[in-house]
Amino acid sequence: MSLGPYAPFIVTSYVAAAIVVVLLIGWIVLDYRNQTERLRELERSGITRRSGRSATGTP
Amino acid sequence: MSLIDLANPTRFLALSARVLPWLAAATAILLAVGLYLSAVAPDDYQQGATVKIMFIHVPNAWLSMFVWGVMSMASLGTLVWRHPLADVAAKAAAPIGAAFTFLALFTGSLWGRPMWGTYWEWDARLTSVLILFLMYLGLMALWRAVEDPSRAARAAAVLTLVGALNLPIIKFSVDWWNTLHQPASVMRMGGSTLDKSFLIPLLVMAVAFTLLFVTLHLAAMRNEILRRRVRSLQMMQASRVAFSSDMGTGSRQENASTGAA
Repeated sequence: MSLGPYAPFIVTSYVAAAIVVVLLIGWIVLDYRNQTERLRELERSGITRRSGRSATGTP
Repeated sequence: MSLIDLANPTRFLALSARVLPWLAAATAILLAVGLYLSAVAPDDYQQGATVKIMFIHVPNAWLSMFVWGVMSMASLGTLVWRHPLADVAAKAAAPIGAAFTFLALFTGSLWGRPMWGTYWEWDARLTSVLILFLMYLGLMALWRAVEDPSRAARAAAVLTLVGALNLPIIKFSVDWWNTLHQPASVMRMGGSTLDKSFLIPLLVMAVAFTLLFVTLHLAAMRNEILRRRVRSLQMMQASRVAFSSDMGTGSRQENASTGAA
């Protein structure tokens, strides 16, 4: 596969897309860990939802 | 399970936890297939190999408008039906839509330099998409600026619906004005003008990026629900602390008055 004289433009486009997608995935994964950790801390300190269910809500 | 059942955040969390791994796997497979088809696609007789940028640029450009459309539907849900997940859906979609819009602008700019001789031109299509990007950023700033989620939700919903007026302007800008940007070649009356060797990789990449959006959106919605639970539990904690300190002050005052008597 030869990209010709415009290879830098093509490669930069794909690399930029990859970086943005990885950043989005990383942000969402870290945010999930952060929120579940904060919920666990609150539940450990005795603060629970009125329903009595775990706040993370996962089965 | 009816749609009403899904309005329950706990049920949504349970269902999305089951669906997300399958969606992520389907996204990864389709992205891999799309990237392979993009790599082996032939050069265009005019654009040469830069046509490969289109396989990234066009799906992101479509999604930049599609995500705002999703947010507009969610905003209707917030304002009209007060659906418990509508505001969550709109807020979770905004950063993802902003990322896709940024990629559409950036890759379009990289394609424009060798093809048009310029990275940027203030024509109707490029300017209206730039406005869309700025509106995404404005919405995200609004959600951060207002602490109460329900108050922020209504203001953001109104702004989103007003901003939806920009979608037909973006779509038809290439028809209404004399622009450097080429007119529609896939979604047009009379069918696509693209050859199958370009159309198939483009459509596979478009479906892959759409699945990526759905996957990321569901995951971001889960995070937003958890964030709101954290907030409500923190408020419960704060009110307990305030109540117990009030009780402490009250009993001290009572003791003091008993001692004085």
